[in-house]
Amino acid sequence: MAIDQATVRKIASLARIAISDAEAAAMEGELNGILGWVEQLGEVDVTGVEPMTAVIPNTLRLRDDIVDADPLTGGNRRDDVLANAPAAMHGFFGVPKVIE
Amino acid sequence: MTELTNLTVAQIRDGHRAGDFSAVEVAEAFNANVAGAKALNAFIVETPDHAIEAAKAADADRAAGTLKPLSGVPIGMKDLFATNGVQTTAASHMLEGFVPRYESTVSQKLWDAGCGMLGKLNLDQFAMGSSNETSYFGNVISPWRRKDGGNAALAPGGSSGGSSSAIAARLCPAATGTDTGGSIRQPAAFTGISGIKPTYGRCSRWGIVAFASSLDQAGPMARDVRDCAIMLENMAGFDPKDATSLDMAVPNWEAALSSDLKGKTVGIPKEYRLEGIDPDIDAMWDAGIAMLKDAGADVVEISLPHTKYALPAYYIIAPAEASSNLARYDGVRYGLRDLPQGAGLQDMYAATRADGFGPEVKRRIMIGTYVLSAGFYDAYYTQAQKVRTLISRDFTAAFETCDVILAPTAPSAAFGLGEKMADPLAMYLNDVFAVPASLAGLPAMSVPAALNREGLPLGLQIIGKAFDEQGVLNAGLAIEERAGFTARAEKWW
Repeated sequence: MAIDQATVRKIASLARIAISDAEAAAMEGELNGILGWVEQLGEVDVTGVEPMTAVIPNTLRLRDDIVDADPLTGGNRRDDVLANAPAAMHGFFGVPKVIE
Repeated sequence: MTELTNLTVAQIRDGHRAGDFSAVEVAEAFNANVAGAKALNAFIVETPDHAIEAAKAADADRAAGTLKPLSGVPIGMKDLFATNGVQTTAASHMLEGFVPRYESTVSQKLWDAGCGMLGKLNLDQFAMGSSNETSYFGNVISPWRRKDGGNAALAPGGSSGGSSSAIAARLCPAATGTDTGGSIRQPAAFTGISGIKPTYGRCSRWGIVAFASSLDQAGPMARDVRDCAIMLENMAGFDPKDATSLDMAVPNWEAALSSDLKGKTVGIPKEYRLEGIDPDIDAMWDAGIAMLKDAGADVVEISLPHTKYALPAYYIIAPAEASSNLARYDGVRYGLRDLPQGAGLQDMYAATRADGFGPEVKRRIMIGTYVLSAGFYDAYYTQAQKVRTLISRDFTAAFETCDVILAPTAPSAAFGLGEKMADPLAMYLNDVFAVPASLAGLPAMSVPAALNREGLPLGLQIIGKAFDEQGVLNAGLAIEERAGFTARAEKWW
C-alpha cells in the first residue's frame, strides 16, 4: 500500500528524525518505491512456516552471577562511560530540562 | 629483494620469522604507501605509530624467541570496530570524534596475535551501502580503472570499500571487513582480492558498531585464500560478551588447506542464472565450474527456489534491525548532540538524528520504523522472517546433494561513482547473489577469477555449509590456483 506525506512525517516522528517538507516529499517517492518492491514477498506461500528467530542454532547462555566477572563490562567504569558524552557533569549525563 | 609491500601476510610472517627483514622495515614501507595514497581516501584515520610500536614489539619478540602467530604483520582496521583511544566513526557524522575507551574483541585478538594497525579504514556510513558513496568522510576510490583510456573513478564496492581499495593498492596486506548482506564479498570482487564471511557467530560482534545484529559478521579481506585463512584463525573464537557467539573451537584452517576436491560435489544454483546478465559474468562462472571439475570435484545443478525473494526479505529485516540498533544515537551518551536554542529533550533527539545521519541511513531507519510499526509488523516483518526460514531451508535441502555452492559474487564488475546513487533499488540489486547466504548465516567467500572486457576484476563466490569454512577455503584455493589471477591496478594515485 502506498504511503503519503503525512505518513512519512509520522514515521519520521516515531524514528525521532526531524525532516523538512521538501525532505518528506522526496522520501514519499523513495519509500514507496522500496515498499512497492518488497511487497512481492506477499506472493510467497508461508503456510505453516515459522518465522526465523536464530539463523544458526545456539543456546541462550547466562553468565555466572559474579560481580565484575569481566572487568570490561563490569562496574566502576563511570568515567569511561561518560568520557564521550556531549554534556557530562557531576558524574551524570546532562540533558536539557525535562521538568518545568 | 621483492618490495615489502608486495608480500602477502604469509610471506611477511614467514620472512620476518626467518630474519629476512625486520618488522619495522615492513611497517615503514606500508606506512609510506598509506601516506602516499590520499587520492584513494581509503583511510579515515592513519595510525603509523601503532604500526611501528607493534613492529618494534615483533622484532623484540623475535630476538627473545617469543614470536606470536602474526608478529610483524601490519593490517588495516575497518572503522566499524571500536579501537581503544583511536577515533571510531562508522563513517558517520554522528560518531565523528568518538574515541572508545575499550577495544572490540576481534581487533583485540589481532593485536594479541602480534598485528599492528596502519589505520582506520573508510566504509559506507554505518555499513549501509554497496559503493562506499555514503561515507560522511567522502567516497573511497578504487585503484582500478577501465581499460578504455578514460580515468572515470570507480567504486571499490561496499560497505568495506576502504578495506578493498587499500588491499588492492598495496596499502596493507590484509584488513578486517564486516558483512551484513555482502559487504566483504562484493568489494573483494570489485577490486580483485579475496574475502571470507564466516558462519554467523564465528567472530564476536562485541565492539563492532551494530547495523543488523542477526546478519552482521566480521571476516578478513586479503590478497589470497591462505591469507584469509590465517587472518580468520586469529579473528574467530568464542566470546561470552556476544550472546550469539559460537562456543566452538577454532579450526586450523591454514594447516588444512587443500585444493584437491576429489570426492567433493559442487552445486550450481540454476536460479542464479539471471536473464540479461553481463555475458562476462556467465563466462567467468562457466570457467569456474571447469576449474573445480579439474580439481576433482563433481558438479551438479541445484535449486534454491526462493532466491528471488532474498533481497526484498533482506530489505525488510536489515532496516528493521537497524532502526532498532540505531535508536541508541540520541545525543545523550556519546556522539553528536544538536541542541537548537530553547529545544527540549524530544527536539534535541530529532535535531541530533537529522544532522548526524546521512540520507541512506535515514532511509533505512524510516523503512525499518515503518515495517515494525503497529498494524504493519505482521504484513512486513513477520512475513520476511518466514521467507527467511524458507531461504535457509533451500540451502539445507541443496546441501543434501552438494558440499559447496559456486556462483558469481556480484552481477557486474565495478561501476562508476555516481552511476547508481540516484536509484536506491538499483544499488540494492548489486547484492542479489550475496544476500541469500547472509540470510542463512552461511560461510561464503569471494575469490578473484577473471578480468572482464573492460579490464576490471570479477569475483567467484563459494558458499558452504554452516561451520564448513574449510570447504569454502579449499574450493576457493582450487579456483585461485587455476585462475592464475595476477592482474593489479596500475598505479595512478
